[in-house]
Amino acid sequence: MTDFTTWDILRNLLLAARWTVLLSLVSFIGGSLVGVALLFARIGKSGGGRAFVKAYVEIFQGTPLLMQLFLTFFGLGLFGIDVPAWLAAGLALILWSAAFLTEIWRGCVESVAKGQWEASSSLGMGYLQQMRWVILPQALRVAVPPTVGFSVQVVKGTALTSIIGFVELSKAGTMVTNATFEPFTVYGFVALIYFCLCWPLSKSSQILERKLNVAHRNH
Amino acid sequence: MSLIEITEVKKRFGDNEVLKGINIDVAPGEVIAIIGKSGSGKSTLLRCINGLETIDEGSISVAGAQLLPDELHLKALRLKVGMIFQGFNLFPHLTAGRNVMLSQMVVKKTPKAEAEGMAKKMLERVGLAHKFDAYPDQLSGGQQQRVAIARALAMQPIALLCDEITSALDPELVNEVLSVVKELASEGMTLLMVTHEMRFARDVCSRVVFMHQGRVHEIGPPEKVFANPATPELKQFLGVIH
Ligand SMILES: Nc1ncnc2c1ncn2[C@@H]1O[C@H](COP(=O)(O)OP(=O)(O)OP(=O)(O)O)[C@@H](O)[C@H]1O
Ligand SMILES: [Mg+2]
Repeated sequence: MTDFTTWDILRNLLLAARWTVLLSLVSFIGGSLVGVALLFARIGKSGGGRAFVKAYVEIFQGTPLLMQLFLTFFGLGLFGIDVPAWLAAGLALILWSAAFLTEIWRGCVESVAKGQWEASSSLGMGYLQQMRWVILPQALRVAVPPTVGFSVQVVKGTALTSIIGFVELSKAGTMVTNATFEPFTVYGFVALIYFCLCWPLSKSSQILERKLNVAHRNH
Repeated sequence: MSLIEITEVKKRFGDNEVLKGINIDVAPGEVIAIIGKSGSGKSTLLRCINGLETIDEGSISVAGAQLLPDELHLKALRLKVGMIFQGFNLFPHLTAGRNVMLSQMVVKKTPKAEAEGMAKKMLERVGLAHKFDAYPDQLSGGQQQRVAIARALAMQPIALLCDEITSALDPELVNEVLSVVKELASEGMTLLMVTHEMRFARDVCSRVVFMHQGRVHEIGPPEKVFANPATPELKQFLGVIH
């Protein structure tokens, strides 16, 4: 058995952490894009669209992310589609993020006072014009802190993808532990790296929240 | 010719009939005060005229055009009839000037420079030219309401609907808003206003509508309505107010 230096352990973990970062980014950005589309269906005029998104959100919020990962990974396999772990992981996390982001943003849009809709209606604006010029600019400001806050959940959520075999930070932690038999050191580092990724995000969410509360205007 | 014709208008919320057959004809340049107890349907009537609520029966026409509940007709109507709300409803993310410019540019596709000129003119008209760059939360309630009036005027409506536009204001700010309205009235703007300011109704309005339980209970010139109320309901209402 070769000896691992602390640097070897850390280096291997940091290399794997790149995949955690990449998967987080893909999930968050993909989830945002899908989330925007779902948001418009959710607050739009079509009853079918609203019901669909409502059910979608309830399903994804009402089941563990782990099950969603399993279902994507093994479920697509049933259709004869051989999905690599990274694809299943990315897909499941995108759909999962979209559900949560849609719900966060719906709350933000609905937090805009009813009078804003009425005033803009009475000035002759149509639905899309109201959205573009009056509602979304206000909702966006409210949405920034919880959205940044949710990105922390995405980063932590990527840890679960180790179970379907995607080699990111957590999986690398297990692998390095198996080689070094130093679980405490290894997982200590793993936790530290997660913390370094998440802490700036949650901190900036707090700061943004305070800033936007003080001056909720557009200067 | 009437400018606004309200004929047998009925409006229900569920099985609560809020308007039970309203008839009012408004001539161009008339200033009409709508008074009545809370819940008598005053706001609902104004909201129907502006298409914020759809009516269940009857008809409303403005300058000869029927009010129909599709986007195109609604937009056409709203270009003719402006509305001012109790809660101002300024867009908080835009400056006063931008508030006045936005709908001109978005709805009428007015070029920016022209919209800006109009915004300056309208803000000046309500005495707020110097607040062009102020955000709504930097303005007093009275100033916000005057910006809201300027915003509606910038669309060059032929009539304005005002729903208790001074009710959310501190007493010392009421007059600055009312004097703007008075000015508009003297310039010939057609106004329909729900108000609790009886003095103002008496001094400025050409007719007073007393609404009671979803009906026009009494209507007439202010001298008559205030000095000689014909019904016990109006007598009681005026008694309560005084
Ligand atoms: N969106 C709505 N849904 C259900 N009922 C409503 C709605 N809007 C108004 N109503 C009801 O309609 C009736 C008349 O309301 P409206 O706001 O027109 O009264 P109002 O005369 O303006 O009273 P106030 O002086 O308090 O403003 C009330 O009984 C109210 O509860
Ligand atoms: Mg009212």
